[in-house]
Amino acid sequence: MEQRLANTWRMSVNDKKFIESSLLSDLRVDGRRPFDYRKLSIKFGREDGSSEVQLGETHVMGFVTGQLVPPYRDRPNEGSLAIYTEFSPMADPSFEAGRPGENAVELGRIIDRGLRESRAIDTESLCILSGKLVWSIRVDLHILDNGGNLVDAANIAALAALLTFRRPECTLSGDDGQEVIVHSAEEREPLPLIVHHLPVAVTFAFFSNDNVVVIDPTHKEEAVMKGRLTATLNTNGDVCAIQKGGGIGVLQSVVLQCLRIASVKAADMTSKIKDAVESYNTVRAFRKVKRHSAPIAVSVDGSVAIKKQSQDGAQKIEL
Amino acid sequence: MEYVSPEGLRLDGRRPMEMRQIRAEVGAVSKADGSAVFEMGNTKVIAAVYGPREVQNRSQQLNDQALVRCEYTMSNFSTGDRMRRPKGDRRSTEISLVIRQTMEACILTHLMPRSQIDIFVQVLQADGGTRSACINAATLALADAGIPMSDLVTSCSAGYLNSTPLLDLNYVEDSAGGPDVTVGILPKLDKVTLLQMDAKLPIDTFENVMQLATEGCKAIANYIREVLQENTKQLESRRGT
Repeated sequence: MEQRLANTWRMSVNDKKFIESSLLSDLRVDGRRPFDYRKLSIKFGREDGSSEVQLGETHVMGFVTGQLVPPYRDRPNEGSLAIYTEFSPMADPSFEAGRPGENAVELGRIIDRGLRESRAIDTESLCILSGKLVWSIRVDLHILDNGGNLVDAANIAALAALLTFRRPECTLSGDDGQEVIVHSAEEREPLPLIVHHLPVAVTFAFFSNDNVVVIDPTHKEEAVMKGRLTATLNTNGDVCAIQKGGGIGVLQSVVLQCLRIASVKAADMTSKIKDAVESYNTVRAFRKVKRHSAPIAVSVDGSVAIKKQSQDGAQKIEL
Repeated sequence: MEYVSPEGLRLDGRRPMEMRQIRAEVGAVSKADGSAVFEMGNTKVIAAVYGPREVQNRSQQLNDQALVRCEYTMSNFSTGDRMRRPKGDRRSTEISLVIRQTMEACILTHLMPRSQIDIFVQVLQADGGTRSACINAATLALADAGIPMSDLVTSCSAGYLNSTPLLDLNYVEDSAGGPDVTVGILPKLDKVTLLQMDAKLPIDTFENVMQLATEGCKAIANYIREVLQENTKQLESRRGT
């Protein structure tokens, strides 16, 4: 509960006034124009399905893992996708350890809505044995540094991690075709997820003056802003999710204007994500060539872990 | 599945641009400073407001404005299958946050520094559009409590199924997997304060659906105003002036 005002408390009245009055003449504290995005850089870890996104001073890490589980009863032919957020107390003095706060829940819900409800990830292809075994994909988002606009950064981290995630290939065998074999990465090339489209979140901040709208607010601007709108769009011009949870009222025409700006920015960001993923894939392919020539201990380690998983899977089926 | 028949009727017999019957009652909880029951078809919500009162937790006290708190709960018996809901799951935490921020935007909090306003909303029957119903109920309860507000926030949802924009989705239409746009407006200023959407929708279609939901909000605003005026008249006649 106290979290929401933590930023406001740390800033002096003069600072806030300065930010607000300079915004009236289209000036922002970090020198950007109102509709400029901060510098975005996407990095990937050594393992598949991990990403690190830096948006200005904001730093978010995404990590995707998969597990074989029995499906939900009402959706026997679909795998599942779940988003978990972790606001580390290291990132911001107002974040507290323990249960996720309101902001963490809202962030998770916005990303979840954008990815899941718009069916960006094909969940039907994650089914292995109908009603018995499906892949459950878990996305963990760790906030490492809060420089403002966590939603957009976390959303990009989630997308980048999902695009580079690869799950081991599974085949069915046995007399009745009910036995699942999980192939190790050495045996068969792991499969990427099927991603239909990329929903990119773009956040706008509104201030007490009607005409001031700003894209990608920094931490300081977030302390002054009176309202926020996050629009999640893809390159096909579809709106996948919108969140404006209360705050100052804005005209309908302003909302629509924001959506149009967001769709341009989303296209821009999609290409950046795709470029980053592509260069990762080339590096990865290059690494694989080396792997065959010199088998090292790490690969053995990996295969052991996967074999264990396959036994677990087989046990579940017997039940 | 067919959600709009060739005759242009929806599953519950409504036209695409027709709202469910709404009913509102002020003063449902005797101990509260303000309370209301709001019904949209089979969705029924009760709201109670306490305050402005002394801040319970001194560390949360704000010296320039009132502290607004909100708690959204769903009764175990509100849905088709009775289930025990853990308190503070992700959905209700998010809705509590959204309702709080929406109400905070219209309450003149700077008039009541160092005090606290508590809003409690509980869903008694859920049949789609609980978020909207809760905001409408909270507005009525705040007005009943006599809390100064810049405007009456009202909310309504709209969807898009079978290539038709539909106003005020019920549970069956809501769970069809189509888009669901919840809008909250300040009717006098004609500004959007709450806007939530999920699933996929092209921008042009979204514009129409949002327009439809806004019209719904305005209709609800008129009704809420009537209810409040009627309530005030009754209070006046009871006082015998």
